[in-house]
Amino acid sequence: MNASTLDEREFFYGHKACGGCGGSLAVRLALKVLGERTFTAVPAGCMSAVGFVYPQLAFGSNAIISTFPGTASMLSGIAAGARALGIPDFHAVGFAGDGGTADIGIQALSGAIDRHDRIIYICYDNEAYMNTGVQKSGLTPFGARTTTTPAGRRLRGALTQKKNMFEIVAAHGIEYAATASVGYPQDYLNKIDKAKSVSGTSYIHVFAPCPTGWGTGSDVSIELAKDIVDCGLWYLAEFENGEFRLNRDPKQFTPIQNYFNKQGRFKHLLPEDIEQIVKHRDREWARIRKQWIRISPPPAVAGEE
Amino acid sequence: MTANGSRVFVSGNDAVALGVRLARPHVIAAYPITPQTAVVERLAEMVEDGSLRTEYLHVESEHSALSACIGASAVGARTFTATSSQGLLYMVECMHYASGGRFPVVMMNANRSLALPWNIYNDQRDSLSQLDSGWIQVYVEDAQEALDMIIQAFAIAENEKVLTPVMVNLDGFVLTHTYELVEVPTQEAVDRFLPPFKTTNKMSFEAPKNMAFTATPAHYTEFKFQQHQAILDAATVIADVDHSFGEQLGRYYGGLLDAYRVEDAEFVLITLGSVTGTARVVVDQLRAEGRKVGVIKLRYLRPFPVEELRSLTRNAWALGVLEKNISIGYEGTVFTNVRSALSQNGTTQEILNFVAGLGGRDISRGDIAQMFERLSSVATTHPANRVIFVNLGVETA
Repeated sequence: MNASTLDEREFFYGHKACGGCGGSLAVRLALKVLGERTFTAVPAGCMSAVGFVYPQLAFGSNAIISTFPGTASMLSGIAAGARALGIPDFHAVGFAGDGGTADIGIQALSGAIDRHDRIIYICYDNEAYMNTGVQKSGLTPFGARTTTTPAGRRLRGALTQKKNMFEIVAAHGIEYAATASVGYPQDYLNKIDKAKSVSGTSYIHVFAPCPTGWGTGSDVSIELAKDIVDCGLWYLAEFENGEFRLNRDPKQFTPIQNYFNKQGRFKHLLPEDIEQIVKHRDREWARIRKQWIRISPPPAVAGEE
Repeated sequence: MTANGSRVFVSGNDAVALGVRLARPHVIAAYPITPQTAVVERLAEMVEDGSLRTEYLHVESEHSALSACIGASAVGARTFTATSSQGLLYMVECMHYASGGRFPVVMMNANRSLALPWNIYNDQRDSLSQLDSGWIQVYVEDAQEALDMIIQAFAIAENEKVLTPVMVNLDGFVLTHTYELVEVPTQEAVDRFLPPFKTTNKMSFEAPKNMAFTATPAHYTEFKFQQHQAILDAATVIADVDHSFGEQLGRYYGGLLDAYRVEDAEFVLITLGSVTGTARVVVDQLRAEGRKVGVIKLRYLRPFPVEELRSLTRNAWALGVLEKNISIGYEGTVFTNVRSALSQNGTTQEILNFVAGLGGRDISRGDIAQMFERLSSVATTHPANRVIFVNLGVETA
């Protein structure tokens, strides 16, 4: 599975997502891997707002909007209904944002994983409630300016760290979980491909830049999605058979400042804030490197490195 | 050949579970709440003993229960869930979703009061607060009707003219936990009455669809109008379904409402659910004393039996609406609906609203006799206050 063998058909096409939208790219790529025998659920959010307005419906395969908290529960119902009706060979996939996953949707997600329902849940993480105008979510990183974590004289953006969704779902004993980034598409495609054959719940958390919410140009999304992995503020990993595995273990991180400087939402940060972010990053990586299996990254694919 | 296989002595909750099994749902999503719990327990036992083949989802909330049912319905599966009170309120978002998306989910609701104060006993403020959610609402009176209406509910909900979810309401404890003799139809008879669910309103690989979409101001009203029309049209479907159920399974419930001794009645009490039995006993007693009284049980509140109610009450001198409900700060919701329906009669008959049975307080025969007494006294003198809290224990100004 790579860019040259990917299905040429489009299953998410003609939508009105902003230029450079990481979320819509994550949806588009995943649906190409999953193919036409797929039921897609997207909650109220960007993807439903840009692709699901009657009569202009942008999904080329079966798709449905779920309630905001109900992505996972609706997927469970779809999968159960299809099983009961004897529909063979299908995928039930959900695409929810960071707020739809880590905040309002976490209860239903937890229930679905607990049941080991055979669904694929993809969280496209753009680090705030973008559809409603960039409000802080449980996955907004420390220091980021949003419309509900303004940066001023007293406060400098979000005061909390991102919820650790990857390890939260892993703690459920999920069959397969992974992190990914649209900046490393081959890794993302591999993980979707792997989720296809998992006989239980799969959760893929894909980092997906939002130019509109982050104050960046529409042409730097992929660059940012690479940068964040390279500077160590995000990581590519998998959880399978009860084990965590790092897919990429950078020998040296690129400077965090390079990643921050390209975005409006971090412009206000002071050196002491950056220092705190670096400390937190290093502490996390020390833990990850100590506890998780570290393997060399898979063979490089042309255009990826 | 008899349509009824056996007679069993079961609770209202058990009767619901028996009805669900006979209806052969593909997916059941279950979350426990008192006093509905026995329904999901019986269904789990039926799955365990192999007598019910269904996908039984142990969901983590009522919101997820209905959300999962909607997902299953969206691929063409027959679905069932059950709830009560706080659980019903927790799934309210999904209730509008199910009706708006035209997903014919069937749900049993054990009517229970709402917190605060906490109270697990019966009144009808949970379901009545959801009259606007786009569901068909039916209220049953005994365990037999509960079993039968679960089966009828699927036939009504899945009718292509209706495609609207149906809520079957049982008074909590009073019905859910009372044991009665119930005729259980044979599976063959129910299979003849209720064919498998077929719909085009689903996602499939033969005809892929994008469902549950957004509609702008250019189209939203038309979708809502079609929902509205579907529930209005459901009135005839309900009558047809009830009629063929009567023909095939031997029990006929009267469609949208049930009238008892109202033909020449001067004073009529309008009721909902299990209290109707008590009201009929009182009617018989008063009739024996020569009083012309009767009772009308509203079976359905959506669709609302406007014409039936008008024609049955045309000659009554005064009417009372007895409901276990109050729309706080105004009057009982059933009362509002009844008055709205009858206002077009052009009559000036007096209508009183008896608010009783809140939080499980008993409604006695004496209470109901007093309601009729009150009706006969107001037929000529118009009272200032038409909303009467029965047996109120606090001073009123």
